[in-house]
Amino acid sequence: MPQDALFDYVLRMGDNCLVLAQRVSVWCGHAPVLEEDIALANTALDLIGQTRLWLSYAGEIEGKGRSADDLAYLRDARAFRNCLLVEQPNGDFGQTLMRQFLFDAWHHFTLGALKNSADGRIAEIAEKAAKEVAYHLDRSGDLVIRLGDGTAESHNRMQAALDHLWPFAGELTTPDEVDEALTQKGVAADLAQVESQVSAYMEKTLAEATLSAPKDAPVRKGGKTGLHGEELGYILAEMQFLQRAYPGATW
Amino acid sequence: MVTVMTATAAKPSIDDIWRWLEAVPDPEIPVISVVDLGIVRDVSWEEDALVVTVTPTYSGCPATAVIALEIENALRDRGIENVTIKSRLSPAWTTRWISAAGREKLKSYGIAPPVEGAACAGALRLNDVTVSCPRCGSSDTECVSPFGSTPCKASYRCKACLEPFDYFKSF
Ligand SMILES: [Zn+2]
Repeated sequence: MPQDALFDYVLRMGDNCLVLAQRVSVWCGHAPVLEEDIALANTALDLIGQTRLWLSYAGEIEGKGRSADDLAYLRDARAFRNCLLVEQPNGDFGQTLMRQFLFDAWHHFTLGALKNSADGRIAEIAEKAAKEVAYHLDRSGDLVIRLGDGTAESHNRMQAALDHLWPFAGELTTPDEVDEALTQKGVAADLAQVESQVSAYMEKTLAEATLSAPKDAPVRKGGKTGLHGEELGYILAEMQFLQRAYPGATW
Repeated sequence: MVTVMTATAAKPSIDDIWRWLEAVPDPEIPVISVVDLGIVRDVSWEEDALVVTVTPTYSGCPATAVIALEIENALRDRGIENVTIKSRLSPAWTTRWISAAGREKLKSYGIAPPVEGAACAGALRLNDVTVSCPRCGSSDTECVSPFGSTPCKASYRCKACLEPFDYFKSF
């Protein structure tokens, strides 16, 4: 059981990055301005790099010889461990940005904690990824403020995105058995601590953005244990097509 | 075969190898070498194998595989057949490891070198950094986007000479 928990935990870190990168990269060539197009592509690229680090380690923990590619391309939706937030559709630019912001805030504080993980590999991956994610949050936080406190149109779109996505963000900071077992061993990030850091940061940033988070919204969760919305199936169908149709294809 | 190379003969010195690596360009910014960039962390002989330890700049950097290949090729050209490239993640690469010579080369190539100490990762204060224009030297510049043409660069604009330029982000 402890080894399974570690495998699950590392998969969650990797799958969050993978699915979000897949979503974000769809914007390539379609963003509202060139700078944002480049920023989105670079963010996706960072996340793909982090995916490889996490999933390679997950494969080693499992010990069945599965590579990062095997895990990305040859698992079915039920075996994915990403949170529901990252699989939510891109929507308009505001929704894409709000999804990124909610994820980045959790990611930033989680990686900060994981730099001190008792598991050496987790600590070194977190140390690397944290530097990249600091820039992600810097950008998404800044844009949420500028668009939230922007025109009436941009404000309304950002508020609508926040209302829609807020219930999904709760899954990231809600611990389950895997989190608890590994937090006790000093391996996982303590989500109670992450939650308080994220809340403080959110409160400050959303106030500056003149946006208000929904009160008492129920948490929408399930992804961490493999219970996904049908959206994930479409993402995987596209991402995995080549390896499914032509097994073992390389170039 | 008449000539037999003994195990002790003709192993190039570590100093020579570092010098040779100083001539291997970064594939994305070819004016600066992989040594200037600070990504070669260690060079050592393990028996008859030369082990070169490299650290990635960004985890998703598409140039990582090319860099390993170029290092291998450069050493093979010097007659070293048995080269192992090791990847090391920690301590994570930082722009503080870019050499003084490397910074000068970046600047004359038109890329503003990283401003250290001002934009440490996690500080979330990218926009507060003062970056000087590599063309005219003015510090009256503004950040157009924290993400530029490659993951390691941000897009800036000089308000004095009006030229856009790349800033190599402090990382
Ligand atoms: Zn200038």
